[in-house]
Amino acid sequence: MRLDNYAVADAPRLGVRGWLRWVWRQVTSMRVALLLLLLLALAAIPGSILPQWPQDAAAANAFVAANPFWGPLLDATGFLDVFGSAWFTAIYLLLFASLIGCIAPRAVAHARELRAPVAAAPSRLDRYEPTSASSPLTPADAVAAARATLRPRGGAWGALGGTRVRVDERDGAVALAAETGHLRELGNLVFHAALVGVLVAMAAGELLTFRGQAIIVEGRSFTNAVVAYDTFDSGALFDEADLEPFMLRLDRFDSAFDDTGRPLSFAAQVTLARPGEDGEASTIEVNRPLEVDGAKIYLQGNGYAPVLTVRDGAGEVASSGPVVFLPTDAAYTSQGVLKVPDVSTGPQLGFKATLYPSAVEGPFAIASVHPDPANPVIMMLGYEGDLGLDAGIPQNAYRLDESQLSPLRGEDGQPVTLRLALGDTVELPDGLGTVTFEELPRFVALDLRADPSLPWLLVAALLALAGLSVSLFASRRKVWVVAREEGGTTVVTVAGYAPGHDAGAAPVRARVLAAATGDEAGERDPA
Amino acid sequence: MNVTDLSVMALWGATALYAIAMVASAINLARVADARVRARAAVAAGAPGAPGEATTEAGGASSPARASSRAAGIARSTTLVGALLHAVGVTARGIDAGHLPWTNMYEYTISGAFFAVAVLLIIQRRRDVAFLQTGVVGLAAISVGLALAVLYAEVNPLPPALQSFWIAIHVSIAVISTGIFTVAFVASVLQLMRDSRDRGTRWRGARARFLEAVPGATVLEGLSFRLNAVGFVLWTFTVMSGAMWAEDAWGRYWGWDPKEVWSFVIWVVYAAYLHARTTQGWAGRRSAWLAIAGFVALIMNFTVVNLFFQGLHTYAGS
Ligand code: HEM
Repeated sequence: MRLDNYAVADAPRLGVRGWLRWVWRQVTSMRVALLLLLLLALAAIPGSILPQWPQDAAAANAFVAANPFWGPLLDATGFLDVFGSAWFTAIYLLLFASLIGCIAPRAVAHARELRAPVAAAPSRLDRYEPTSASSPLTPADAVAAARATLRPRGGAWGALGGTRVRVDERDGAVALAAETGHLRELGNLVFHAALVGVLVAMAAGELLTFRGQAIIVEGRSFTNAVVAYDTFDSGALFDEADLEPFMLRLDRFDSAFDDTGRPLSFAAQVTLARPGEDGEASTIEVNRPLEVDGAKIYLQGNGYAPVLTVRDGAGEVASSGPVVFLPTDAAYTSQGVLKVPDVSTGPQLGFKATLYPSAVEGPFAIASVHPDPANPVIMMLGYEGDLGLDAGIPQNAYRLDESQLSPLRGEDGQPVTLRLALGDTVELPDGLGTVTFEELPRFVALDLRADPSLPWLLVAALLALAGLSVSLFASRRKVWVVAREEGGTTVVTVAGYAPGHDAGAAPVRARVLAAATGDEAGERDPA
Repeated sequence: MNVTDLSVMALWGATALYAIAMVASAINLARVADARVRARAAVAAGAPGAPGEATTEAGGASSPARASSRAAGIARSTTLVGALLHAVGVTARGIDAGHLPWTNMYEYTISGAFFAVAVLLIIQRRRDVAFLQTGVVGLAAISVGLALAVLYAEVNPLPPALQSFWIAIHVSIAVISTGIFTVAFVASVLQLMRDSRDRGTRWRGARARFLEAVPGATVLEGLSFRLNAVGFVLWTFTVMSGAMWAEDAWGRYWGWDPKEVWSFVIWVVYAAYLHARTTQGWAGRRSAWLAIAGFVALIMNFTVVNLFFQGLHTYAGS
């Protein structure tokens, strides 16, 4: 098959292979690498401005709802999940294709160069800022003295880390060529290769990782199994059987706040038990996860889980236990929902409640002034009717479906707000039963995560850092010394090549010249 | 006087001294430039012994050389004393707060500005970079002044999220690389201005004559590169250590939080700058623009992103 590119009059007919080669050469060119880097930077920016699904689904949802035109459009084009979008992926995959296409041939060339002999000094040095001086030494001795200051080294290490030299005699002159700088190229190659390593490790991590969230109330425990998690995500290659069957009990949650309610410390005191073993006490703190068999357990959140007991109209206990209340502000004003389906008589009951850990009550309002439970008060609204739990649709535990419920009303026909301090029992209207606020334990939200790729990622990242430092700070220089007998004296010419930012190159040349002209100290200042 | 007042007063003192240093070094630059222009004119006219710049006409009390050395002296000493006061102010803040002084915007600004001046002084010890002084102390005066006037925050106990040894590693390297990038930024801006003047495209007038006292564009580009290279390595380390901290604190090493996005953008832009230096058609002016873009992104990350974008890095404003 031939590619039909006659539309471009001057373009040679490349054929598929030629055309592919052309594309590949473009992709691996420095200019395209540069443009792809700039594109990558630009493409990332919307990910910090627009709400992103993976980071904040609620905000993304609200954004789509609030912007009937732009919301769906941006969503469909990937702007609300930039880092998972096809275009962002395409940019970085192209960049890495370009990277591999760039470094692979350079690595081969580099390996060849390491073994090749040093190139002889150019026959004309005028292009390389030569300086000349006369020397009392013979040409051979002058070059030998210059050579000594360069401290050449042989072998592979010499080629890499040090300076390699060669000395030729030609046209009655002695010429030395010295080369430094293979280390720089090696660093550059290591750096770029390590970037590929970082990408591969991250991709492997995606496949092998798992992450789950669990809430544990003080005194209760959690069993490490997929069903026990509130939410659980895992990579395609993760095997559920790999979960270590341990149990974790929250013995106590300690927190400290200053007078204004700012947090000072959080610590979950836990006991970890593996099957057939005694429990082992540990602490999980913010910034200090607990490591268990390659997984880590993080303290992600905390709050109160008041123990509420509801008795129905017949005096039977219809529900009893801790209810997780989610904090809504810095003073831990928290909201919770209690659903009571299992009543022996009467309608099902539901409650929407707010907890004020340090309540201050005025005539019209109530607020919490501190996160510590100095004066815990729960205000709640009760509902009767059908909780809608039988529909088979999983329900959010923190939301009450009010569609088939009606508020409990007092004698005046108004919905009643129930107020419970710790230890209180209040009666529900119409003889529907009672609610008791028994205790106020804390809960913690824990994240469990395992990512077996992390050590590899670390190694790749450290290699990248090391390669980068070498590549940026090692120098790349060439120095040439030509000594020639002219009318009875020796004339030494020194020249060299180094990038413009290499401030160390000039002193080296000066030192070489000084040595070759018999200035033993070799300290003559160039400037 | 308690430690809080000591810190604030020392920082105001540093701001004032930096402002003086900025003016004095600008005057010095202008004088050196005048002398150079005159010396060049003298060479052109064939006057003997002209190349030793600023030595011509030495003598009279009003000679530019003498006035310039006086201005240079004032600039040097006010910068030095300013930096000392600045160090006292930052240290006192740290003692007052009971933790390293870079846990909120106010602290980060005063520390970052200090490292910028410190980098300038360190380079100054090795070679004469008086031409960078105006820009660097000017930026330092503005940022410390703004920090005191706008960003000031009472000392806070360290919240649990920041109680980690990583704050000593991650944030200090971030602050130091910010300081280095700042000095490099000044060098790149001068490079572009000087280059335009040499080409005769812009900055030709008498008001830009100070550019005659600035080294050539190639020298500035080399200086900027060396600083940016150090800054880039440190920034790479900042991003990596940030990821390691995030792994401990948030249970994931990378999550595209706005601050992470911008740290990445900064890193990529500076990587593009390093590439551009060796790309045909991009070396010189275009790559200098990329270095400036990197610095702008750095400042964005610290201002706009802190103040307006929701994220996990919650030290904004507090
Ligand atoms: C993920 C994308 C890339 C990043 C983050 C990156 C980053 C860097 C950095 C920071 C440097 C400067 C340090 C050094 O000199 O070693 C550099 C240099 C270099 N890069 Fe890349 N690079 C990437 C992709 C590429 C690609 C695709 C190519 C080939 C087209 C390439 C070719 C080079 C070359 C030749 C140098 C050496 C420049 C010199 O001699 O100073 N890089 N790269």
